[in-house]
Amino acid sequence: MLEARELTIKYEDRTAVQAVSLMLQPGTVTALIGPNGAGKSTLLRSLNGQLIPTAGLILLNDQPIEQFSRRAIAKQITVVAQEAELRFPITVLEFVLGGRFAWAANSGWGWESERDLQVAKTVLIETDLTDLSGRLMSELSGGERQRAVLARALATEAPVLLLDEPTANLDMSHQAILLSLVRQRCDSLGAAALVVTHDLNLAAQFADIVVLMKAGRSIKVGNTGEVFTAELLREVFDMSVLVDAHPISGVPRVTPVHEVHRAN
Amino acid sequence: MTVTVSDTSTAIRLRENRVTLQKTVTACLGLICALGVVVVIAALLGSEKLPVGDTLCSLVSFGTRQCGLTNDQFDILFQIRLPRIFLAAAVGGSLATAGASYQALLRNPLAEPYLLGVSNGAAVGTMLALLFFGKMEWSRPLMAFVGALIATFAVYRLARGKVGASPERLILAGVIVTTFLSSVIVFVTTLMDATRIRSFTFWLLGDLSGATKALLPLAIAISIGGALVLTFNARSLNLLMLGERDAFDLGVEVSRVRTVVFVVASLLVGSSVAASGSVGYVGLVVPHLARLSLGSDNRISIPAAALTGALFVIVADTVARTIIAPRELPVGAITALIGAPLFIYLLKRA
Repeated sequence: MLEARELTIKYEDRTAVQAVSLMLQPGTVTALIGPNGAGKSTLLRSLNGQLIPTAGLILLNDQPIEQFSRRAIAKQITVVAQEAELRFPITVLEFVLGGRFAWAANSGWGWESERDLQVAKTVLIETDLTDLSGRLMSELSGGERQRAVLARALATEAPVLLLDEPTANLDMSHQAILLSLVRQRCDSLGAAALVVTHDLNLAAQFADIVVLMKAGRSIKVGNTGEVFTAELLREVFDMSVLVDAHPISGVPRVTPVHEVHRAN
Repeated sequence: MTVTVSDTSTAIRLRENRVTLQKTVTACLGLICALGVVVVIAALLGSEKLPVGDTLCSLVSFGTRQCGLTNDQFDILFQIRLPRIFLAAAVGGSLATAGASYQALLRNPLAEPYLLGVSNGAAVGTMLALLFFGKMEWSRPLMAFVGALIATFAVYRLARGKVGASPERLILAGVIVTTFLSSVIVFVTTLMDATRIRSFTFWLLGDLSGATKALLPLAIAISIGGALVLTFNARSLNLLMLGERDAFDLGVEVSRVRTVVFVVASLLVGSSVAASGSVGYVGLVVPHLARLSLGSDNRISIPAAALTGALFVIVADTVARTIIAPRELPVGAITALIGAPLFIYLLKRA
């Protein structure tokens, strides 16, 4: 569906991503993990054409991504970033309808079609925002706003979802709601998702494939059992961790072993 | 991939206060009617009183019949007042449209041609055209356009740091460009002979008394054409209001829309400054009013701002030429007098 081959991205003199290959398959959730500065967000930003790679290829449905127009890409790939700063009042419904931009017959004036409205209403139900649809985005709580950002991404109907730390500002229950929506998109509609996250245990729970990055390189790609090993994580994060099985789900559970000495 | 639209969704009533084509057309038709009324009232008012019935009769005939008007009255109406009113409308519409689209593109409610230094860029262009190509009238809007475009790009480049253009940086960049161009204006003014300096100072403050026959059709054409082009980019601008990155992700060709807005807005500001100097605050206050009353969807707020801007400057100019008649004030003094307090009020309400 979306494939990166030997991708290298350089910022002036610094290499942010070095020869990384990646394949997003329908129905799978891929987690992209690694320490700060590993190049995770840079890689994600290049996958929808926002950053032009210095070397390598990005293939969307087996075609080089440069061959697609901006709107054609937006119909195929959607990005969930952390919430943007809102400087003008906009209602939740208007915000979510923004996700239908690429579907308009005419890119500028274009009014929303009946179908655009139906899709918006459906994703508002999915994200449990129906009651808030007439409220201003600025009146929502952080969790509600992040849900609206996801709703807008789902409204694009794009089969590839790129999520950049989507749960960073969310509490436990909202993290679970958001990720289960992404999971559901992949399972029932055959979407492919790439999730950049710092939460290793969350990644272990919802991801099918994990890509572990450090200093711009892809260190290991595999299923959760293959990537979440104490040796590998210690090597990448420079810190001792304990990996055991989650008592309920059985997926790997990562516990950092802190060597912090408390004065008492 | 398609989302299966669930049946229950049709049963759920959303508070649909979103903007529709119907709402936009209704709002615009209402404003056009108001504009017609204001044009007629402004044509009746002035140092020379015109008889209401005869004037209306002559206006309705589009100047083909003199009705009861004397030759002098007829000339005042059609040679002096109406061209000036139409120029006021073109200038107001242009500045308000430019302001509304700068605000959306630059994600900054304070962006305005006057404040960003774009008006000053156009003013420098106009002055240079007057100095070097005084005989060629068309050189003024052309040079004003070039000046506005250069000022726009200068502000944009200055504001754009390594992390992108932040709204605060933009305003600072606007202040720098404005003050720099102001000193250029002072420098150019000193090159002129003393008799022209007074009329120049007047023009700089925004003055519609110099409505020339040659430039009026151009100003009207640019204001209407520019407002249409920007309205047809309104949905892209809606997404740009949320940030360039979001807009890009959702399918907006950001650099194309940016170029369109910069070029068209520079044309709008250039043609209005060449015709009437720097009329301030129109591009700031009018789009705010439009957004406050109709919401921030650019598909309605840009055309509404264009029409409201026309209304606003006609009213301001009518006040400017009647309040101390037979003497006149520069219209820019009136717009600033109305605009500055209104803006403070709007800021406090927001």
